[in-house]
Amino acid sequence: MAGDGQTSQEYIQHHLTNLTFGRLEDGTMGFAHSSAEAAQMGFWSINVDSMAWSLILGVIFIWIFKKVADSATSGVPGPLQNGVEMVVDFIDDTTRSVFSYTNDLVAPLALTIFVWVFFMNLMDLIPVDWIPQAAHAIGISHMKVVPSTDPNITMAMAFSVFALILYYSIKCKGVGGFLGELAFHPFGKLGAPVNLILEGVTLIAKPLSLGLRLFGNMYAGEMIFILIAIMFSGGAVLFAFGGVLQLGWALFHVLIITLQAFIFAVLTVVYLTQAHDVEEH
Amino acid sequence: MNLNLTLIGQTLTFLVFVWICKSSIWPPIMAAMRQRQETIADGLAASERAEQDLASAKAEVAQQLTQAKGEAAEIIEQARARAAQMVEEAKSDARAEGERVKESANAEIAQDANRVKEDLRAQVSTLAIAGAERVLGERIDAAKHADLLDRLAAEL
Repeated sequence: MAGDGQTSQEYIQHHLTNLTFGRLEDGTMGFAHSSAEAAQMGFWSINVDSMAWSLILGVIFIWIFKKVADSATSGVPGPLQNGVEMVVDFIDDTTRSVFSYTNDLVAPLALTIFVWVFFMNLMDLIPVDWIPQAAHAIGISHMKVVPSTDPNITMAMAFSVFALILYYSIKCKGVGGFLGELAFHPFGKLGAPVNLILEGVTLIAKPLSLGLRLFGNMYAGEMIFILIAIMFSGGAVLFAFGGVLQLGWALFHVLIITLQAFIFAVLTVVYLTQAHDVEEH
Repeated sequence: MNLNLTLIGQTLTFLVFVWICKSSIWPPIMAAMRQRQETIADGLAASERAEQDLASAKAEVAQQLTQAKGEAAEIIEQARARAAQMVEEAKSDARAEGERVKESANAEIAQDANRVKEDLRAQVSTLAIAGAERVLGERIDAAKHADLLDRLAAEL
Protein backbone atom coordinates (compact mmCIF):
# COMPACT_ATOMS: atom_id res chain seq x y z
CA MET A 1 0.00 0.00 0.00
CA ALA A 2 3.00 2.22 -0.36
CA GLY A 3 1.27 3.84 -3.29
CA ASP A 4 0.75 7.50 -4.07
CA GLY A 5 4.33 7.74 -5.28
CA GLN A 6 5.74 7.10 -1.81
CA THR A 7 8.94 5.16 -1.34
CA SER A 8 8.93 2.47 1.31
CA GLN A 9 10.97 4.71 3.55
CA GLU A 10 8.53 7.57 3.20
CA TYR A 11 5.66 5.17 3.86
CA ILE A 12 7.22 3.94 7.10
CA GLN A 13 8.16 7.46 8.11
CA HIS A 14 4.62 8.60 7.46
CA HIS A 15 3.18 5.83 9.56
CA LEU A 16 5.44 6.60 12.48
CA THR A 17 4.71 10.31 12.59
CA ASN A 18 2.16 11.70 14.98
CA LEU A 19 -0.36 14.34 14.08
CA THR A 20 1.36 17.08 16.07
CA PHE A 21 -0.23 20.43 16.80
CA GLY A 22 1.91 23.34 17.90
CA ARG A 23 3.72 26.52 16.88
CA LEU A 24 5.14 26.24 13.36
CA GLU A 25 8.44 27.77 12.26
CA ASP A 26 6.74 30.81 10.80
CA GLY A 27 5.14 31.54 14.18
CA THR A 28 1.56 30.43 13.40
CA MET A 29 -0.23 27.61 15.20
CA GLY A 30 -0.92 24.52 13.11
CA PHE A 31 -0.24 20.86 12.41
CA ALA A 32 3.28 19.71 11.64
CA HIS A 33 3.68 18.38 8.11
CA SER A 34 6.62 16.10 8.83
CA SER A 35 8.36 14.48 11.76
CA ALA A 36 11.17 17.04 11.45
CA GLU A 37 8.68 19.86 11.79
CA ALA A 38 7.06 18.12 14.75
CA ALA A 39 10.45 17.76 16.43
CA GLN A 40 11.14 21.46 15.97
CA MET A 41 7.97 22.34 17.88
CA GLY A 42 9.65 21.13 21.05
CA PHE A 43 7.76 20.45 24.23
CA TRP A 44 4.93 22.93 23.69
CA SER A 45 3.08 20.87 21.14
CA ILE A 46 0.60 18.05 21.40
CA ASN A 47 0.14 14.77 19.57
CA VAL A 48 -3.52 15.18 18.72
CA ASP A 49 -3.95 11.64 17.35
CA SER A 50 -2.44 9.88 20.39
CA MET A 51 -4.38 12.09 22.74
CA ALA A 52 -7.66 11.62 20.88
CA TRP A 53 -7.41 7.85 20.55
CA SER A 54 -6.25 7.47 24.12
CA LEU A 55 -9.19 9.57 25.27
CA ILE A 56 -11.70 7.72 23.07
CA LEU A 57 -10.47 4.33 24.30
CA GLY A 58 -10.44 5.52 27.91
CA VAL A 59 -13.98 6.78 27.56
CA ILE A 60 -15.04 3.45 26.03
CA PHE A 61 -13.52 1.69 29.05
CA ILE A 62 -15.21 4.03 31.53
CA TRP A 63 -18.51 3.87 29.62
CA ILE A 64 -18.66 0.05 29.53
CA PHE A 65 -17.58 -0.41 33.13
CA LYS A 66 -19.74 2.44 34.43
CA LYS A 67 -22.76 1.00 32.66
CA VAL A 68 -22.19 -2.31 34.40
CA ALA A 69 -21.41 -0.65 37.73
CA ASP A 70 -24.66 1.35 37.61
CA SER A 71 -26.81 -1.66 36.80
CA ALA A 72 -24.75 -4.19 38.74
CA THR A 73 -26.99 -6.85 40.16
CA SER A 74 -26.06 -9.52 42.62
CA GLY A 75 -28.61 -11.74 40.89
CA VAL A 76 -28.06 -13.43 37.54
CA PRO A 77 -25.63 -11.21 35.58
CA GLY A 78 -26.08 -10.42 31.90
CA PRO A 79 -23.34 -11.21 29.38
CA LEU A 80 -21.78 -7.73 29.63
CA GLN A 81 -21.75 -7.78 33.41
CA ASN A 82 -20.33 -11.28 33.28
CA GLY A 83 -17.44 -10.19 31.09
CA VAL A 84 -16.74 -7.08 33.16
CA GLU A 85 -16.89 -9.07 36.37
CA MET A 86 -14.43 -11.59 34.94
CA VAL A 87 -11.91 -8.80 34.34
CA VAL A 88 -12.59 -7.17 37.71
CA ASP A 89 -12.30 -10.49 39.51
CA PHE A 90 -9.07 -11.30 37.66
CA ILE A 91 -7.53 -7.97 38.65
CA ASP A 92 -8.84 -8.30 42.19
CA ASP A 93 -7.29 -11.76 42.57
CA THR A 94 -3.99 -10.61 41.11
CA THR A 95 -3.89 -7.55 43.33
CA ARG A 96 -4.75 -9.53 46.44
CA SER A 97 -2.05 -12.10 45.75
CA VAL A 98 0.63 -9.39 45.58
CA PHE A 99 -0.63 -6.45 47.63
CA SER A 100 -1.54 -7.27 51.23
CA TYR A 101 -2.04 -3.76 52.62
CA THR A 102 -5.28 -1.81 52.96
CA ASN A 103 -5.52 0.67 50.10
CA ASP A 104 -8.66 1.31 48.08
CA LEU A 105 -6.72 2.85 45.22
CA VAL A 106 -4.44 0.04 44.12
CA ALA A 107 -6.97 -2.40 42.67
CA PRO A 108 -8.98 0.21 40.69
CA LEU A 109 -5.68 1.67 39.49
CA ALA A 110 -4.56 -1.74 38.26
CA LEU A 111 -7.96 -2.27 36.60
CA THR A 112 -7.80 1.08 34.80
CA ILE A 113 -4.24 0.42 33.62
CA PHE A 114 -4.97 -3.13 32.50
CA VAL A 115 -8.13 -2.40 30.51
CA TRP A 116 -7.07 0.95 29.11
CA VAL A 117 -3.62 -0.24 28.02
CA PHE A 118 -5.22 -3.36 26.57
CA PHE A 119 -7.63 -1.21 24.54
CA MET A 120 -4.79 1.02 23.35
CA ASN A 121 -2.72 -2.02 22.36
CA LEU A 122 -5.75 -3.55 20.69
CA MET A 123 -5.68 -0.74 18.10
CA ASP A 124 -2.52 -2.43 16.81
CA LEU A 125 -4.63 -5.27 15.41
CA ILE A 126 -6.56 -2.96 13.10
CA PRO A 127 -4.82 -3.18 9.70
CA VAL A 128 -2.24 -0.39 9.68
CA ASP A 129 -3.66 1.48 6.68
CA TRP A 130 -7.37 1.54 7.38
CA ILE A 131 -7.66 4.48 9.75
CA PRO A 132 -4.73 6.56 8.34
CA GLN A 133 -6.15 6.21 4.80
CA ALA A 134 -9.63 7.16 6.00
CA ALA A 135 -8.14 10.14 7.82
CA HIS A 136 -6.19 11.07 4.72
CA ALA A 137 -9.43 11.01 2.72
CA ILE A 138 -10.93 13.69 5.00
CA GLY A 139 -7.81 15.80 4.90
CA ILE A 140 -5.84 14.73 7.99
CA SER A 141 -2.20 14.32 7.01
CA HIS A 142 -0.94 11.98 9.77
CA MET A 143 -2.72 9.50 11.99
CA LYS A 144 -1.04 7.13 14.44
CA VAL A 145 -3.83 5.00 15.84
CA VAL A 146 -2.00 3.03 18.55
CA PRO A 147 -1.57 5.41 21.50
CA SER A 148 0.79 3.01 23.28
CA THR A 149 3.33 3.39 20.45
CA ASP A 150 3.68 7.02 21.56
CA PRO A 151 6.22 7.31 24.41
CA ASN A 152 4.31 10.36 25.69
CA ILE A 153 1.35 8.15 26.50
CA THR A 154 3.26 5.29 28.12
CA MET A 155 5.65 7.54 30.01
CA ALA A 156 2.77 9.68 31.26
CA MET A 157 1.23 6.62 32.88
CA ALA A 158 4.60 5.43 34.15
CA PHE A 159 5.36 8.81 35.74
CA SER A 160 1.91 8.90 37.32
CA VAL A 161 2.61 5.51 38.86
CA PHE A 162 6.05 6.78 39.92
CA ALA A 163 4.43 9.73 41.65
CA LEU A 164 2.19 7.32 43.53
CA ILE A 165 5.23 5.22 44.47
CA LEU A 166 6.94 8.29 45.93
CA TYR A 167 3.75 9.42 47.67
CA TYR A 168 3.08 6.09 49.35
CA SER A 169 6.77 5.53 50.17
CA ILE A 170 6.88 8.79 52.07
CA LYS A 171 3.41 8.29 53.55
CA CYS A 172 4.20 4.80 54.87
CA LYS A 173 7.84 5.22 55.85
CA GLY A 174 8.10 8.94 56.48
CA VAL A 175 10.60 11.16 54.70
CA GLY A 176 13.41 9.91 56.94
CA GLY A 177 12.47 6.29 56.50
CA PHE A 178 12.31 6.63 52.76
CA LEU A 179 15.63 8.45 52.49
CA GLY A 180 17.13 5.98 54.96
CA GLU A 181 16.02 3.12 52.78
CA LEU A 182 17.77 4.78 49.84
CA ALA A 183 20.96 5.58 51.76
CA PHE A 184 21.53 2.64 54.12
CA HIS A 185 20.83 -0.25 51.79
CA PRO A 186 22.30 -2.65 50.93
CA PHE A 187 25.74 -1.91 52.45
CA GLY A 188 24.88 -0.20 55.73
CA LYS A 189 25.75 3.34 56.87
CA LEU A 190 29.38 3.29 55.80
CA GLY A 191 28.50 2.63 52.19
CA ALA A 192 25.97 5.45 51.96
CA PRO A 193 27.24 7.01 48.68
CA VAL A 194 27.31 3.63 46.92
CA ASN A 195 23.93 2.78 48.40
CA LEU A 196 22.45 6.04 47.17
CA ILE A 197 23.64 5.38 43.64
CA LEU A 198 22.42 1.79 43.63
CA GLU A 199 19.04 2.49 45.18
CA GLY A 200 18.63 5.67 43.16
CA VAL A 201 19.12 3.77 39.93
CA THR A 202 16.69 1.11 41.11
CA LEU A 203 14.12 3.78 41.89
CA ILE A 204 14.54 5.65 38.60
CA ALA A 205 14.48 2.36 36.69
CA LYS A 206 10.94 1.70 37.87
CA PRO A 207 9.06 4.29 35.78
CA LEU A 208 11.49 4.00 32.89
CA SER A 209 11.14 0.23 32.65
CA LEU A 210 7.36 0.49 33.02
CA GLY A 211 6.88 3.07 30.29
CA LEU A 212 9.63 2.06 27.89
CA ARG A 213 8.79 -1.64 28.02
CA LEU A 214 5.23 -1.00 26.85
CA PHE A 215 6.33 1.59 24.32
CA GLY A 216 9.11 -0.63 22.95
CA ASN A 217 6.94 -3.69 22.57
CA MET A 218 4.11 -1.83 20.88
CA TYR A 219 6.42 0.24 18.67
CA ALA A 220 8.23 -2.86 17.47
CA GLY A 221 4.96 -4.68 16.89
CA GLU A 222 3.57 -1.76 14.92
CA MET A 223 6.80 -1.58 12.92
CA ILE A 224 6.50 -5.22 11.92
CA PHE A 225 2.89 -4.70 10.83
CA ILE A 226 4.05 -1.76 8.70
CA LEU A 227 6.85 -3.83 7.13
CA ILE A 228 4.39 -6.60 6.35
CA ALA A 229 2.04 -4.02 4.84
CA ILE A 230 4.85 -2.93 2.49
CA MET A 231 5.10 -6.50 1.20
CA PHE A 232 1.52 -6.27 -0.07
CA SER A 233 2.62 -3.94 -2.85
CA GLY A 234 5.49 -6.19 -3.93
CA GLY A 235 3.75 -8.53 -6.36
CA ALA A 236 1.58 -11.65 -6.06
CA VAL A 237 4.13 -13.89 -4.32
CA LEU A 238 5.10 -11.31 -1.74
CA PHE A 239 1.44 -10.45 -1.30
CA ALA A 240 0.57 -14.05 -0.40
CA PHE A 241 3.62 -14.35 1.84
CA GLY A 242 2.73 -11.06 3.50
CA GLY A 243 -0.80 -12.33 4.11
CA VAL A 244 0.53 -15.39 5.94
CA LEU A 245 2.94 -13.25 7.96
CA GLN A 246 0.20 -10.74 8.77
CA LEU A 247 -2.05 -13.50 10.12
CA GLY A 248 0.77 -15.12 12.11
CA TRP A 249 2.00 -11.87 13.60
CA ALA A 250 -1.52 -10.69 14.43
CA LEU A 251 -2.25 -13.94 16.27
CA PHE A 252 1.02 -13.68 18.16
CA HIS A 253 0.32 -10.03 18.85
CA VAL A 254 -2.97 -10.91 20.56
CA LEU A 255 -0.79 -12.55 23.19
CA ILE A 256 1.66 -9.66 23.36
CA ILE A 257 -0.91 -6.89 23.80
CA THR A 258 -2.65 -8.76 26.61
CA LEU A 259 0.63 -9.64 28.25
CA GLN A 260 1.97 -6.09 28.06
CA ALA A 261 -1.22 -4.68 29.57
CA PHE A 262 -1.05 -7.28 32.33
CA ILE A 263 2.66 -6.66 32.99
CA PHE A 264 2.09 -2.91 33.30
CA ALA A 265 -0.76 -3.46 35.76
CA VAL A 266 1.03 -6.10 37.83
CA LEU A 267 4.32 -4.17 38.01
CA THR A 268 2.37 -1.15 39.20
CA VAL A 269 0.93 -3.24 42.01
CA VAL A 270 4.35 -4.72 42.81
CA TYR A 271 6.00 -1.28 42.96
CA LEU A 272 3.23 0.04 45.20
CA THR A 273 3.65 -3.00 47.44
CA GLN A 274 7.34 -2.17 47.76
CA ALA A 275 6.38 1.41 48.56
CA HIS A 276 4.17 0.13 51.40
CA ASP A 277 6.75 -2.34 52.72
CA VAL A 278 8.27 -0.92 55.88
CA GLU A 279 11.41 -2.95 56.43
CA GLU A 280 12.23 -3.70 60.00
CA HIS A 281 15.82 -3.40 61.24
CA MET B 1 10.37 10.17 19.78
CA ASN B 2 9.89 13.60 21.17
CA LEU B 3 8.25 14.26 24.49
CA ASN B 4 5.72 17.08 24.48
CA LEU B 5 2.48 18.29 26.06
CA THR B 6 0.87 14.94 25.29
CA LEU B 7 2.74 13.70 28.36
CA ILE B 8 0.84 16.12 30.59
CA GLY B 9 -2.46 15.64 28.78
CA GLN B 10 -2.23 11.89 29.15
CA THR B 11 -1.25 12.21 32.81
CA LEU B 12 -4.34 14.30 33.56
CA THR B 13 -6.57 11.95 31.57
CA PHE B 14 -5.07 8.99 33.38
CA LEU B 15 -5.65 10.50 36.81
CA VAL B 16 -9.26 11.38 35.93
CA PHE B 17 -9.99 7.86 34.66
CA VAL B 18 -8.37 6.24 37.69
CA TRP B 19 -10.39 8.51 39.96
CA ILE B 20 -13.66 7.63 38.17
CA CYS B 21 -12.78 3.96 38.32
CA LYS B 22 -11.92 4.16 42.01
CA SER B 23 -14.94 6.20 43.04
CA SER B 24 -17.81 4.86 40.97
CA ILE B 25 -16.86 1.71 39.10
CA TRP B 26 -14.88 -0.53 41.40
CA PRO B 27 -17.06 -0.32 44.57
CA PRO B 28 -20.47 -1.17 43.03
CA ILE B 29 -19.10 -4.03 40.94
CA MET B 30 -17.23 -5.49 43.90
CA ALA B 31 -20.28 -5.03 46.11
CA ALA B 32 -22.47 -6.88 43.61
CA MET B 33 -19.93 -9.69 43.34
CA ARG B 34 -19.54 -10.02 47.11
CA GLN B 35 -23.29 -10.04 47.57
CA ARG B 36 -23.71 -12.72 44.92
CA GLN B 37 -21.03 -14.81 46.63
CA GLU B 38 -22.95 -14.52 49.88
CA THR B 39 -26.23 -15.38 48.17
CA ILE B 40 -24.69 -18.45 46.60
CA ALA B 41 -23.09 -19.50 49.89
CA ASP B 42 -26.43 -19.03 51.67
CA GLY B 43 -28.19 -21.00 48.95
CA LEU B 44 -25.75 -23.86 49.25
CA ALA B 45 -26.08 -23.88 53.04
CA ALA B 46 -29.88 -23.81 52.73
CA SER B 47 -29.89 -26.71 50.31
CA GLU B 48 -27.65 -28.68 52.66
CA ARG B 49 -30.01 -27.92 55.53
CA ALA B 50 -32.98 -28.95 53.38
CA GLU B 51 -31.22 -32.22 52.60
CA GLN B 52 -30.70 -32.89 56.29
CA ASP B 53 -34.32 -31.98 57.01
CA LEU B 54 -35.43 -34.35 54.28
CA ALA B 55 -33.31 -37.16 55.71
CA SER B 56 -34.66 -36.65 59.23
CA ALA B 57 -38.22 -36.42 57.87
CA LYS B 58 -37.70 -39.67 56.02
CA ALA B 59 -36.41 -41.32 59.17
CA GLU B 60 -39.42 -40.05 61.10
CA VAL B 61 -41.78 -41.29 58.40
CA ALA B 62 -40.16 -44.71 58.53
CA GLN B 63 -40.46 -44.78 62.31
CA GLN B 64 -44.10 -43.71 62.22
CA LEU B 65 -44.81 -46.27 59.55
CA THR B 66 -43.32 -49.02 61.68
CA GLN B 67 -45.30 -47.83 64.67
CA ALA B 68 -48.51 -47.67 62.64
CA LYS B 69 -47.89 -51.16 61.33
CA GLY B 70 -47.41 -52.40 64.87
CA GLU B 71 -50.61 -50.72 66.00
CA ALA B 72 -52.50 -52.10 63.02
CA ALA B 73 -51.28 -55.61 63.80
CA GLU B 74 -52.35 -55.17 67.42
CA ILE B 75 -55.79 -53.95 66.37
CA ILE B 76 -56.20 -56.87 63.99
CA GLU B 77 -55.17 -59.25 66.76
CA GLN B 78 -57.68 -57.71 69.13
CA ALA B 79 -60.40 -57.87 66.50
CA ARG B 80 -59.63 -61.50 65.84
CA ALA B 81 -59.80 -62.29 69.54
CA ARG B 82 -63.03 -60.35 69.85
CA ALA B 83 -64.48 -62.20 66.86
CA ALA B 84 -63.51 -65.55 68.35
CA GLN B 85 -65.05 -64.51 71.65
CA MET B 86 -68.23 -63.40 69.90
CA VAL B 87 -68.45 -66.69 68.06
CA GLU B 88 -67.98 -68.51 71.34
CA GLU B 89 -70.68 -66.41 72.99
CA ALA B 90 -73.01 -66.98 70.07
CA LYS B 91 -72.35 -70.67 70.24
CA SER B 92 -73.04 -70.87 73.96
CA ASP B 93 -76.12 -68.69 73.56
CA ALA B 94 -77.36 -70.90 70.82
CA ARG B 95 -76.64 -73.97 72.91
CA ALA B 96 -78.53 -72.52 75.88
CA GLU B 97 -81.39 -71.48 73.65
CA GLY B 98 -81.52 -74.93 72.13
CA GLU B 99 -81.47 -76.40 75.61
CA ARG B 100 -84.28 -74.15 76.66
CA VAL B 101 -86.34 -74.89 73.56
CA LYS B 102 -85.79 -78.58 74.10
CA GLU B 103 -86.80 -78.35 77.72
CA SER B 104 -89.93 -76.41 76.96
CA ALA B 105 -90.76 -78.90 74.22
CA ASN B 106 -90.19 -81.75 76.65
CA ALA B 107 -92.34 -80.04 79.20
CA GLU B 108 -95.06 -79.54 76.67
CA ILE B 109 -94.82 -83.12 75.61
CA ALA B 110 -95.04 -84.24 79.22
CA GLN B 111 -97.94 -81.99 79.79
CA ASP B 112 -99.70 -83.33 76.70
CA ALA B 113 -99.01 -86.85 77.81
CA ASN B 114 -100.45 -86.14 81.25
CA ARG B 115 -103.44 -84.52 79.73
CA VAL B 116 -104.00 -87.54 77.52
CA LYS B 117 -103.55 -89.79 80.54
CA GLU B 118 -106.07 -87.75 82.46
CA ASP B 119 -108.46 -87.96 79.54
CA LEU B 120 -107.91 -91.65 79.32
CA ARG B 121 -108.27 -91.98 83.03
CA ALA B 122 -111.53 -90.10 82.85
CA GLN B 123 -112.79 -92.34 80.13
CA VAL B 124 -111.59 -95.57 81.80
CA SER B 125 -114.59 -95.79 84.07
CA THR B 126 -116.96 -95.42 81.17
CA LEU B 127 -115.12 -98.10 79.26
CA ALA B 128 -114.95 -100.31 82.32
CA ILE B 129 -118.71 -99.92 82.94
CA ALA B 130 -119.40 -100.61 79.27
CA GLY B 131 -117.13 -103.66 79.43
CA ALA B 132 -118.66 -104.86 82.69
CA GLU B 133 -122.24 -104.38 81.36
CA ARG B 134 -121.30 -106.49 78.45
CA VAL B 135 -119.85 -109.07 80.78
CA LEU B 136 -122.72 -108.96 83.24
CA GLY B 137 -125.34 -108.30 80.69
CA GLU B 138 -127.10 -105.84 82.82
CA ARG B 139 -126.95 -102.24 83.62
CA ILE B 140 -124.69 -101.17 86.31
CA ASP B 141 -125.74 -98.26 88.29
CA ALA B 142 -122.83 -95.89 88.00
CA ALA B 143 -123.80 -94.08 91.07
CA LYS B 144 -123.82 -97.34 93.12
CA HIS B 145 -120.39 -98.32 92.06
CA ALA B 146 -118.86 -94.92 91.85
CA ASP B 147 -116.58 -95.68 94.67
CA LEU B 148 -115.29 -98.83 93.03
CA LEU B 149 -114.79 -97.10 89.72
CA ASP B 150 -112.90 -94.25 91.21
CA ARG B 151 -110.50 -96.68 92.83
CA LEU B 152 -110.05 -98.46 89.57
CA ALA B 153 -109.34 -95.22 87.76
CA ALA B 154 -106.83 -94.29 90.38
CA GLU B 155 -105.05 -97.58 89.90
CA LEU B 156 -104.60 -96.99 86.22
